[in-house]
Amino acid sequence: MAATTSTPPVAAVPTPVADTLAGKTRKKLVSRGATIASIIIAILWTTPTFGLLVSSFRPENEIKTTGWWNFFTDPEITMKNYNDVLFGQSAANGRLASFLVNSIVITVPSVLFPLAIASFAAYALAWLNFRGRDWVYIGVFALQVVPLQMALVPLLSFFSRGVKLGGLTLMPPWQLEGAEKFVQVWFAHTCFALPLAIFLLHNFMSELPGDLMEAAKVDGAGHAKIFRNIVLPLIVPAIASVAIFQFLWVWNDLLVALTFGGTDQTAPMTVRLASLAGTKGGEWQRLTSGAFVSMVIPLIVFLSLQRYFVRGLLAGSVKG
Amino acid sequence: MATVTYAKATRVYPGAKTPAVDALDLEIGDGEFLVLVGPSGCGKSTSLRMLAGLEDVNSGNIFINQNDVTHLPPKARDIAMVFQNYALYPHMSVYDNMAFALKLRKTPKSEIEARVKEAAKMLQLEEYLSRKPKALSGGQRQRVAMGRAIVRHPQVFLMDEPLSNLDAKLRVQTRSQIATMQAKLGVTTVYVTHDQVEAMTMGHRVAVLLDGHLQQVDTPRALYDRPANVFVAGFMGSPAMNIKTVGLTDQGAKFVDMLLPLTRDQVAAAQADGGNGRVTIGFRPEDTEIVGGLDKGMPITVDLVEELGSDAFVYGTVALEGQDERFTVRADPRKVPQLGEVVHVRPRPDSHHAFNAATGLRLG
Repeated sequence: MAATTSTPPVAAVPTPVADTLAGKTRKKLVSRGATIASIIIAILWTTPTFGLLVSSFRPENEIKTTGWWNFFTDPEITMKNYNDVLFGQSAANGRLASFLVNSIVITVPSVLFPLAIASFAAYALAWLNFRGRDWVYIGVFALQVVPLQMALVPLLSFFSRGVKLGGLTLMPPWQLEGAEKFVQVWFAHTCFALPLAIFLLHNFMSELPGDLMEAAKVDGAGHAKIFRNIVLPLIVPAIASVAIFQFLWVWNDLLVALTFGGTDQTAPMTVRLASLAGTKGGEWQRLTSGAFVSMVIPLIVFLSLQRYFVRGLLAGSVKG
Repeated sequence: MATVTYAKATRVYPGAKTPAVDALDLEIGDGEFLVLVGPSGCGKSTSLRMLAGLEDVNSGNIFINQNDVTHLPPKARDIAMVFQNYALYPHMSVYDNMAFALKLRKTPKSEIEARVKEAAKMLQLEEYLSRKPKALSGGQRQRVAMGRAIVRHPQVFLMDEPLSNLDAKLRVQTRSQIATMQAKLGVTTVYVTHDQVEAMTMGHRVAVLLDGHLQQVDTPRALYDRPANVFVAGFMGSPAMNIKTVGLTDQGAKFVDMLLPLTRDQVAAAQADGGNGRVTIGFRPEDTEIVGGLDKGMPITVDLVEELGSDAFVYGTVALEGQDERFTVRADPRKVPQLGEVVHVRPRPDSHHAFNAATGLRLG
């Protein structure tokens, strides 16, 4: 194994590195040239973000007249931008703090619901034998290609008019008002997330050794216990990655929130960010600090979930 | 303690034309150690999994203690199983692995602890109880898998080739440990293996399977001495029995100049069922001697000698009815013949086995 790999070696199986195409590619990827290239890319990639961070602390006048790098020759720090976006009281600016709460209220259930449903569904598709299982799976798989935009109008009509077949009302309109509109947003996000989440979790789950499930069955576990005590602990890395994807998607989503959410009462931060610059776009210096406020929580989530990305969870379970 | 009965139990995999296990009839006594043995694909693992409830039974029944368990789920059968690849729960400590089944049954904590400690002591796992499986060696993992079965105090132990992932030395050692432990616990055990040495050394009785059919079930001694058909004769024993089909005379079977006598009944039975003047004769390498040329032995040309220290096995060929046939003979390790030498070999009197050439069934 090349000494420069950053991943810790997996206990059980030492991967033969050389000879295979993948091995050669891997060797190239950990060489010095590749390392330098990736550092350069990383710097190029981070520079604009860094510039944005610097700008967010500069006074409005400075931002609008000179580039962010002038900060280093003429440092002038102000918290006004942050103060404006977080606590300002006018209609067009500020109160980002309350929208931040909205974002959290939208995001947390919109991550947990699909995760819960998808992991149950993935278990059923991977480990229960029932008629038509493969067709259900193919259906779920195929649903991934449907663009979300196509579902907006039907879903909206589903919420506001219910489902009618001929003269028969199968489902009444939801008639949600005010803060209740959160439910619509949760529902929409859950629907849109399920196909990919089921697909990813299913693939991960079906890789678990079948003997493990059988051992648990013989030990007296039913499906609920197997799911809870065997499967869930072993698919934590997959759950963490799906959770992060879904979190970032929902957090940064503007379209779904705008369509299914209501007024300011339920609007997430993205909606507010879009209007921060003012109706004529003249106040765009606020976007700098606004962007950073909206970035804080995803960063925290990402860093705290990162420790669940562990390799080799299955080591020592089965042999051969 | 329990008895196990297979009554015409059959398993047909979806899409398969022939059953993986075909109308298996087998009775396993209380406290018995029964070994299911056969080549790969013979249905031995399937039979075991049917008993475990992991495989559907398409027809027939399976009883544990006269209770029909044919369609019960595994957890209602009170059985414990040791898997070939151990199937330990990788995220649980050794202690939790062993305690899992008991916790599911809501056994009181103090009793769980007592039972796990007891099993750990028996298996010399006491110092590893807090470790995860990945921090254990292969032999230790195997013992954890055993421990997981033992703590349950089940009606029946099921073991699916539990030794096949161990190295040769550890396998021999663990083999005797399992046999000793089973004798001590007295739990009815069904053990699957493809290794006839394991079958012979461990089983009270051995059931030989081929292509989903039970060939013979008997004590290791009886299987060795009186194999019921050609397959069992060739499968049990190492090196394998010399088995050749030759022409039949009134007195017996003729190997070049060597006449192996058959009784009148045997000759009559050999002629029946499409025997067509032929008979299949088998004799074990260890029942065969190198004799002087005058003793009417069969002359073979030595082409390989395997010296094992305690034994030497001589392989040689002879032209038999126009075809080169190979024979194996055990020789005195101090007096082995040279390569290319022609030696005369002959089975000890009455040590050869005769089978019908068409049906393969034992004659007399």
